[in-house]
Amino acid sequence: MDIILKNLPILVVITPLMMSLVVALSSNYITSWIISCLTTFVTFCFSLGLFFELQNVNLISYHLGNWIPPFGIEYVIDKVSIIPILIISSISFIATIFSIKFMMNEISLNLIPKTYCLWLLAIAGLMGLVTTADVFNLFVFLEISSLSSVALVAMGNKMDKKALTAAYNYLIIGAIGATFYVIGVGLLYSITGTLNMSDLADKLPMLGINKVVIAGFGFMIAGIMIKAAIFPLHIWLPSAYAFAPSSVSVLLAATATKASIYIIARISYTIFGGTFELYAIDDLRFFIILLSILAMFAGTIMAIYEKDIKRLLAHSSVAQIGYILLGISLATSSGVASGFIHLVNHALIKGGLFMSVVAMGYYLQKRVTIYSLSGIGKKMPITFFSFIICGLSLAGLPLTAGFISKLYLVKAAYDSEGVWLCFLILLSSALSLIYLWKMIEALWFNPDDNKDKKVKEIPEIYIPLVLIAFLNIYFGIDATIVTESSFSAAESLLKGINQ
Amino acid sequence: MMPTDYIYLSILTPLIVFLITPMLNKFSVLRDILGPMGGVISFFSAINITNFVLEGEEVKLTLFNISDGLSIAFNVYPLGAIFGLVASGLWILAAIYSIGYMRGNKELHQTRFFSFYAISIFAALCIAYSGNLLTLFIFYEILTFSTYPLVAHKQNKLSKISGRLYMGILVGTSVVFLLPAIIIVWVITGTLDFAQNGILDGHLDEKYIPFLLLLFAFGIGKAALMPFHKWLPAAMVAPTPVSALLHAVAVVKAGVFSILVIIVNVFGIGFLSETHGSFWLICLACFTLLCSSIIAIYKDDLKARLAYSTISQLSYVVLGAALVSNLAIQGASLHIVMHAVGKITLFFVAGAIYVSAHLTKVSELDGQGKSMPLLFVAFFIGSLSIIGVPPMGGSWSKFYLMLGAVESEYIFVIAVLCISTLLNVYYLLEIPARAFFKNKIKETKVKNYPLMTFPTLFAAILTVLIFFYIEPLKNLTNLITSN
Repeated sequence: MDIILKNLPILVVITPLMMSLVVALSSNYITSWIISCLTTFVTFCFSLGLFFELQNVNLISYHLGNWIPPFGIEYVIDKVSIIPILIISSISFIATIFSIKFMMNEISLNLIPKTYCLWLLAIAGLMGLVTTADVFNLFVFLEISSLSSVALVAMGNKMDKKALTAAYNYLIIGAIGATFYVIGVGLLYSITGTLNMSDLADKLPMLGINKVVIAGFGFMIAGIMIKAAIFPLHIWLPSAYAFAPSSVSVLLAATATKASIYIIARISYTIFGGTFELYAIDDLRFFIILLSILAMFAGTIMAIYEKDIKRLLAHSSVAQIGYILLGISLATSSGVASGFIHLVNHALIKGGLFMSVVAMGYYLQKRVTIYSLSGIGKKMPITFFSFIICGLSLAGLPLTAGFISKLYLVKAAYDSEGVWLCFLILLSSALSLIYLWKMIEALWFNPDDNKDKKVKEIPEIYIPLVLIAFLNIYFGIDATIVTESSFSAAESLLKGINQ
Repeated sequence: MMPTDYIYLSILTPLIVFLITPMLNKFSVLRDILGPMGGVISFFSAINITNFVLEGEEVKLTLFNISDGLSIAFNVYPLGAIFGLVASGLWILAAIYSIGYMRGNKELHQTRFFSFYAISIFAALCIAYSGNLLTLFIFYEILTFSTYPLVAHKQNKLSKISGRLYMGILVGTSVVFLLPAIIIVWVITGTLDFAQNGILDGHLDEKYIPFLLLLFAFGIGKAALMPFHKWLPAAMVAPTPVSALLHAVAVVKAGVFSILVIIVNVFGIGFLSETHGSFWLICLACFTLLCSSIIAIYKDDLKARLAYSTISQLSYVVLGAALVSNLAIQGASLHIVMHAVGKITLFFVAGAIYVSAHLTKVSELDGQGKSMPLLFVAFFIGSLSIIGVPPMGGSWSKFYLMLGAVESEYIFVIAVLCISTLLNVYYLLEIPARAFFKNKIKETKVKNYPLMTFPTLFAAILTVLIFFYIEPLKNLTNLITSN
């Protein structure tokens, strides 16, 4: 028991990584699913263990192979990284339970164990991303998660050959992002000789405003921005989400970009925070705020004009990523906290929305669009009800988690920038009602186009679906856990700046 | 019993009625009795709550805290006590009436009807007793959603279209305008709780007041200010008991009540009157008031005419609130009561005429006075109250509104009120006049339903009684403006 507790930081990464090999060897698709469920559950339990351990200490530092940092690789769990760790492990557990029905529907049965292998690899990559404190190790995990996600997206080719193009796009653009990032890492290594985050943070300020440092920062942040799908670097995201197999969309939408945004915060505050008081440089800060506002509006407007419902949700994700980035780039503790609050809530919202939408498309045996789902809500009332709850949460109505995010984001924007930014946030969130209404109208009010098809509820997915809808309500009623941990995360992130 | 117990009793009673009604689907008599019984219990507790408020006790109940400055809580202010009395008291009458109506008209889905009727009252009472903006908003939305099945009750094409318009405008305005306004209030003050003197004083720059007030005034679509008034005529496709209780009392009064509460307990009378931030709202209310009266004249459909009359009367309340003088606010709160009693009488009559003689148009009513004398006398009394003739209740509120206009020195408002009174006389008294003095043009078989006639007459008598027993209400309205 003690050995487990001591090694929790690495266990959350290594469990899915190792089990992915076991899954690949299993012959039966049900076995592979059960193993994946167990793996993600155990990972989730380990994450919870880390969470409870963190109640007593500020920071858990883990030295991989007992090599002392900065020479060895260090894993750091602190108030900041515990948030994405918990999100990724919990959502991936829920998504894994949810997935089997759709895997069986959309992927050849003999490929399912291999798909679950990739699935666990992607989760391992994401968990690694958010635990490691070593910039190069981070690159490795970035690649593990990206490449396995690309392969997962490509699995959608049984339903639609376009999945291959989407995956190819994702691969190329993702590779560019990763290359940029690793160039940045190389530049920093060339002048500091270290890869450890806190060591970098210590050494970089001594160099002053150095062109190599600036270039390194630029490359790193641009590379990660591609991965995080910040507008206008988002082009890979809509098709990847839309053409991926249903359950893969759920997993990616709820977790993948969240990890990247967390890394943006890490790079800009933990590594570079002390160097050139990054976000105190008004031009740069304003530039990132501008990018986020653009993302908010562009994503929303693209979603309004979109007809393919999965792409619509993906565009809406682009907008929501804008909100999160906006909060983080405000560089005040309430701003960063609101970013983290929305990071959590958006994972719940988008996970729930994608789950209910793909569930409604289950019996159609083709890719879902707004029209092909016409009037389907009445046949699947429970699924539709979960959809509505998550949708209301997306629009930020009271008693849902989304309301809390909106509230804190507007507050942070008002405190640091003033009325105009408040107005823009409220306006774009009002615009999001248009596409929400568009979906509700199509799903509930339009006449049923699929009269001849047998469409009914899928009881197998009730548990994950209702659970995630419930969480959306619960975090809207009792938000103290989310807000408190986000505020303490924000404070420990901003320590780098305030020194 | 403690004050909080009465809040529970008052609010939970309609909720329990809502839950039990579907179980009694098979026992229609038992099911139908539930409504009036619930009304009596709710009304009884509303009276007790009012007594506590009059004695100056705090009637407060916090359900749960969401985060800093955010909670679901009830806190009864004098204004809320008044609205609670109106909603629960008239529920008794309307519940009896709707039994008669639904049976007489042989409507389908009666169980669904009665249960949603009860939950609408539940939402209205929660609005009345809400202690902060968040609670108000949540129950405001619940009220919209729970009345939708009632509006679309007939389930034909027209009722579905109207139902969508109804939901579209009410939900749309509340989410696009009201919710941002609430968020702004929280952002600049850090709290959403109502306070006797408002919470915005000292937090809001003077130049932003009209803007924030605009978000609130348009966000509360239930107050039916133009141009967001279309939902109210559309809602008239609902069975008449719905129009009577919900679209003359609960729903629309929830709207104007919210505006009053926001002006009194969020902005604060002193803060708003010093800054004159509500001048545009006075103008808009005057415009709505006159416009809808003129439209009402041209409406031949009886319920549509009453609907436009309601829009106009709601603007009286908004006007009173926007004048932000002590007397005007008192007038506005009295008008909530007076108009509710008067208008419910008129709607009761309209519904009774429809069920007993199947007449819906004003022009068809010529000469019908002899066959339905009691109903038309009730209509006459109700009209007089709405016009504001003593000794009907409506005269008090109009009197105070005019005094308020003088107090806040907007003399043109008095002219507007006078013109609108004349228009009221024209479009309301035309109906009993036609019924009694013109020759009959349509032969009808009239059947009498005592379950409908009794509440109608009682409501008509109430309009007179309320004129003489104004004292307790006056004490309450005095409390609203006392600091």
